[in-house]
Parts: sequence; structure tokens; C-alpha cells
Amino acid sequence: MSISLKKLATAGIMTLVALGVSSAAKAWEPTKPVDFVIMAGKGGGADKMARLMQAIVEKEDLSSRPLVPTNKSGGSGAEALVHMKGVTDPDHTIMVTLNSFFTTPLRQPGLDVDIMKFAPVGRMAEDTFLLWVNKKEGINSFDEFLAEAKKRGSGWVMGGTGKNSEDNIITDHLNTAYGLSIKYIPYKGGGAVAKDLAGEQIHSSVNNPSEALGFYESGDVIPLVAFTDERLPLFPDVPTLKETGSDFSYFMQRSVVGAPGMSDEALEYFSGLFTKVYESEDWQNYKSSKSLMGDFMAGSELASYWDVQRTRHESILKASGAIK
Amino acid sequence: MEILPSLVDGIYQALMPLNLALCVVGVVVGLFVGAMPGLGSVNGVAILLPFTFVIQDMTGSATSPMIFLAAIYYGAMYGGAISSITLGIPGASTAVATTFDGRPLALKGFAERALVTAAIASFIGATVANVFFTAFAPPLATVALKFGNPEIFALMLLAFSTFIGLGGDDIPKTIISIALGLVLATVGFDIITGEPRLQFGDPFDLFPATAGLIDTTGFSHGIRFLVLAIGVYGIGEMIWTINSTRGEVHMTEANVNFKSVMAAIRKFPEAWKGTTVGSFLGFFVGILPAAGATPGSLMAYGVTKMLSKDKDSFGKGNVNGVAAPEAANNSASTGAMLPMMTLGIPGSPTTAVLLAGMVIWGLQPGPLLFADQPDFVWPLIGSFYVSNLVAVLVNLAFIPVFLWMLRMPFTILAPMIFVLSVIGTYAAYQNMFDVWLMLLFGIGAYFLRILDYPLAPAVLAIVLGPIAEPTLRQSLLLSDGSFSIFFNRPIAGPITVIAIILIFLPLVSWVVKRARGK
Repeated sequence: MSISLKKLATAGIMTLVALGVSSAAKAWEPTKPVDFVIMAGKGGGADKMARLMQAIVEKEDLSSRPLVPTNKSGGSGAEALVHMKGVTDPDHTIMVTLNSFFTTPLRQPGLDVDIMKFAPVGRMAEDTFLLWVNKKEGINSFDEFLAEAKKRGSGWVMGGTGKNSEDNIITDHLNTAYGLSIKYIPYKGGGAVAKDLAGEQIHSSVNNPSEALGFYESGDVIPLVAFTDERLPLFPDVPTLKETGSDFSYFMQRSVVGAPGMSDEALEYFSGLFTKVYESEDWQNYKSSKSLMGDFMAGSELASYWDVQRTRHESILKASGAIK
Repeated sequence: MEILPSLVDGIYQALMPLNLALCVVGVVVGLFVGAMPGLGSVNGVAILLPFTFVIQDMTGSATSPMIFLAAIYYGAMYGGAISSITLGIPGASTAVATTFDGRPLALKGFAERALVTAAIASFIGATVANVFFTAFAPPLATVALKFGNPEIFALMLLAFSTFIGLGGDDIPKTIISIALGLVLATVGFDIITGEPRLQFGDPFDLFPATAGLIDTTGFSHGIRFLVLAIGVYGIGEMIWTINSTRGEVHMTEANVNFKSVMAAIRKFPEAWKGTTVGSFLGFFVGILPAAGATPGSLMAYGVTKMLSKDKDSFGKGNVNGVAAPEAANNSASTGAMLPMMTLGIPGSPTTAVLLAGMVIWGLQPGPLLFADQPDFVWPLIGSFYVSNLVAVLVNLAFIPVFLWMLRMPFTILAPMIFVLSVIGTYAAYQNMFDVWLMLLFGIGAYFLRILDYPLAPAVLAIVLGPIAEPTLRQSLLLSDGSFSIFFNRPIAGPITVIAIILIFLPLVSWVVKRARGK
């Protein structure tokens, strides 16, 4: 019903435009290919999602101009942020971000990036984190993991994406909250972490479900605990860390942002575009099959979400000593 | 499931009229995309990804779209060699090593031999890789998993060691050239800490006097390999030719007829060594995630030269020097499909795009793909064989057309090379900063060449540096800073030892030679 109403409304508006009744300026549309920056390396969760978004835009024919994805993974997203800050055409530059959007500017004030100047196009999902170990370790529960990691001290190796990133924050939390001394090795992307866990090059990871799912299904890796508020529908038997008495949970935003200086008209256009992507069947399927949470969010709502997240990350990074 | 019946069925599926047509169209598109400097298989595949949704709507399965993209990928690997040989500008990053000997051959008037050798070596490389892929894909995926950071670094070390011998016998100059490439490769951001490196400007503002005069923000994305390669081989080579001939360049008449092509085909067995090395080494490097076809072809070139009795003829037009990288880049592209399909990890930029395609077509690449989706996997493998055959036939048929380009006098060709170099650099990342940098590198390369510095090692270093650096540092983090990690692991150990021997052998013989010379 609502869909047909919307169609009707659209048809009505289009007729009005066609009749030339509307004296308002024509709605903004991109006039050239849109630079679609990915703030992470190839093969990781952010990369796969960005390419899926691009593919949905193409498949559903949502944009008259193509989105051209480019990976800028350098320096935990610093490369991408600096690029976004300096673009000459902010109306044709958007970026897929994750939580390094909050942490990297906090850690590197020299970059002179203020995230509140970015245009809040849309939050597409919140990704979840689980603790994974290789099946051959013979560890079946979080308690066994704690015992084993404690025994091996710094001989226990956790792989993760980037330094002081989401994965690093969770590892730091495990170390301080449980008196462990896990060694953290930064990688360029979550795909490489998942591969090295399956190949027993590292002992554990805190991959997103989308990154570890392939090796989980093949039986190479198993999840021990989820860093969410409630159990994930995809892993009903995996307890949350909160169930073990902790109050720690951690999510990662999967958002699209516009370059600083993007015009309101362009922001409106891209918010509309990504609302359509969010509502598409392909995106909803992907969201449920990869255990993604979170609803669509845009505009001032998203901006205030950023503000809250930035404050939270500032206190996390201060607590771990990453920043002063 | 039995392999042979599945393969036969797969090839049969790939020969269905629609799939065969997609193979042919894909290969031809790929051939031209590959031959255009700056545009490689990754651009071709990315541009045509949307079109595959139309194909999927028509056929209802993911197989036909994938066959189409795989055919483009194949065609581009063949196409890259064409501009490397006829114009001296690498058509794609994977074909840089092909210019080392392909261009000299063309200048000597043997362009048809170079093109024919490239085509046949490509065919053999791809065929060897296809057979390996068909027979051993799942077990080989386990091998790829055994390669952790120390193993990959050891392999990179081995690649550098084969190149010590690449720049003639002048070892110090070769090492300087490698070091230059490595320095260029560190520009951008530190991979481990995220700090900016060698960006000359923001955020440190080293030269307040020049602030605003020169825009150095382009350094933040690092120096791309193609920028250096096009500068060195496009612009540098052009200036060199203009200077060394004082404008009087007579292009040797290339014989354009069926007979000379046939004669070149009959002479192909002379390139057996390069083809063999390239086929096997290329596949092996290709299956390692993170590597891909460009390092594969450069390493194959180095190893072939090292194994050759006639090392001096490399770089001056040795057919083995064309065969090795061409066999390797085709073999490696098939190899790179392996981690993509069995582990869900792209081995090269192009496979990253293919991976995205597979996700939207509703497939889950990963360890279970072979078991769960035989209807997708086997026709695709079948299409590898079909595309490969189509590609070699189309390529051989087009050779007379490519040779026609060579009959243009240099006074016409030089401006074309210049324009193509600029467009090619710009097209790759749409950034003018890259174009200025490329021109600067071209001029620099010309002077280095006058001073007799070999430049291939610098090109190798800028490709391998970004792989070697993080793996080295991750390994050292793992071992608390101890280099023993490269020696006491079962796979990394032997590779490191061999690499070190290879590095020091020529050094020792060089020292001995000098001592005797005095």
C-alpha cells in the first residue's frame, strides 16, 4: 500500500515537473561519475559492502552516473580522510566509512580532520564483532579461551585490521579486563586476517561475521563470544560477553558520508539514493545473512550519532593510552 | 565428484552458443582494454560489471556473467603485451616485464616474433595453470594458507635476489636502483602505525616558503607503480630514442604477412625455457593472496634470466625474456582465481572486482564454493579453457594489424607515445598530480639511463616493496624483533637461505673478479 502510494506520489511529482508547473529549480543530480572512496583495503568487510552498494545502484539503475569505487586504505583510513578533505568537487565525492572515521582523526590531530564537517549521507548498518579461534586449538568456550590465553601470555597472537582500530580496541579491552597480555598484529584488511586464522598463522581474531563466515561454514574457525547486546540470530548458541558478566559491547558503523563542503542539494540526493539501496531486497538479504544490525539513519540524526561515538572512542583511546 | 567428467561437462556448458559468444566478445574487449596503456583488466571488468546483471537476468544463472568477466580478464592479459612490444609503453601493469625484451625485439625488426612468442607463451602459461587449477584447486588452497607473513616476505626476498643479476653485471648500480624503487614505495602512509611518510607538506609543512606553490597532497596516496612504469618506459624511452638517433629514426619494415607469422610460430620452441619457468612460477605466485600477476611476471623474468646461459642478451631482445613474463602473467591470473574462489580473498585487484560480482550474483565465495556450487564452478573452469583458446586465436589473427602500427615513422609515433602516456597515467586514477610525477620520472629515467643505471630493478622494487614491508614488520612483531623467524619455520627457512645465497653469489664473484682484474 505504502509503496503504491509512494509510486503515485512520485508519478504525480513527475507529471507536475513535466507540465512545467513547478517553478522550483530541478532536483540536483550528479553531472559526472561519482568518486566512491572506500576507507579500507580490498577484500575486507568494508570493501565487500561498498562494492555491493555499487552493484545494487547499477542493478536497480538508481543513479544516472556510475559510482566509481577506489580503495584508500593507507594509515587506517588517514589517506581517505585527507583525500576527502582536499577534493575539489565535494558534490561528486562520497565515502564508505567504519569506526576509523572516529578513531583516526582522534589519534592523528595533525591530519586536521573534523568529522562533523562531513556530510551525513546515511548509516547503512552496524556491524558486529565475534571472537574467533581456529578449531584445531581445541577451545570451545570463552572460559577455556581465557585460561589458554593467560597461560601463553604474549605468545597468544591476535590478528586484526589496522593499529588502534576496532579490532585493536576490543583486544585492548580483553587484555585489561581479564589480565591477559595478548599480542596484537595489525593487518591491512579483515580478509587477510581471516585467511591467516584459518591457516593457523595467528591464534584468534575478532573478525566481523562477513569476514569469517566462509571459514566458519567450512568448519575451520569457531566463534566463542559475541561483543553485542543480544545473541545474534545467525549464531544462537554463541553467548554474548554481557552474559559472562561484562558490560562491554562494541559495534561498527557502516556509513556513507559526503565530502566536507557538499551542498545541501547533493546531500539530499545521496541520502535518497542510499535510502533506496538500504530498502533494496539485495541489501536486506545481505544484512541478515551477514549478521548486520542497525537501522538506516541520515541527516542530523546520523550527525548526533557521530558525536556520541566520537566521545565514546575518545574515552576508549584515552583509557588504553593510545592518546593523551 | 570426479574431476574429469565434471570438466568435460563444464567445457560442454561453456561451448553453449550464448556462453561461447560471451567468451569471444569478452576476449576481444579484454584484448583492447589490455592494449590501451593505463587501462587494464581491472578497468575492463569494473566497467562491464553492470552489464553482467543484464546477462544474469537473461540466463537466470551466475555462470554466464562470470564467464564473460573471466574472458575479459583473459583477453586483457594477452592484450597487455601488444603495446609493450609495439609502442614500448606497458599496456597494463602485468605487462611491464614484457617491455624489457619485447621492445628491443621490435626495434630490431622482429616485432612479429615478439608478438607471436607472447601469444603462444601466454597460451601455454594459461593452459598449465588451468590444468593445475582443475586438478588441485582445493588442496592448493591449503598450500596458500600455509603462507603466512614470514613466508611471503621470504618469497619477496627471493624475488629481489633474482633481480640482483638483472641489471647487467653492475651490481652496485642494481642495488642502488632497487633502493630507489623501495624509497618511492614508502611514500604515503605507514602501513602499521598510520603515520604519514615522505609526503612533503601537510601535516608537517616542511617548506613554509613554498606553501601553496606546489600541491603535494598527491603524495598521500603513495606513488603508484604505473606512474613510474609509464614514465620510465614511455617518456624515458622516447627521449632516449630521440636523442640517440638525432631524429633520424627509420623503423624497420615489419613483414606483415601470413608467412612471417607462420615462420615466427615455427621458431617459438627457442623460447621454451622462459615459457616453462613463467608457466609454473607464475601460477605459484598467483595463488598466494596479496601477490597477483604483476609480481609473478617480474619474478619469472628474473628467474629465467638467472637460469639462462646467455644472460647478456636479456634486455636486448631475447625471446625468452618475452615468453617468461607473458606465460607468467596468464598463469598467475588463473592462479589468482584460486584464493578468490576457495578462500574468498582476492589475489589481485581484478579478482577483487570479480569477487564483488559473485556476491551480488548470490554466491558465497569461500571454502565451500566447490562443494556447494558445482553448477557454477565447473562451467566456469570449462570457460577458462575455451576463453584461452579463443584468446590465442584472436590474438594471432590480429598480429598483422598491430604490426601496421610499427610501420609508422618515429616522428609520428613519438607524439602518439607521449599522448598515450599522459592519457594512460591520467586514466588510471584521474589525478593530474600523477601525470606531472610521471613526466618527472620519465626525465629522471633518461638521465639515469645515460649514467647506465638499470631501471627494471626500481620498477620491481616499487611493485614488491608494498608487499615486502608489511610482511616484514608483521613478522618481526610476531617474533619480538628477532630475525630468526625467517629461518626457523619449515617453509620460510629454506626460501630465505636460497635468497641469501643468490644475493651473495654474484657479490662474491664480482669482488673476486675485481680483485683479479687489479
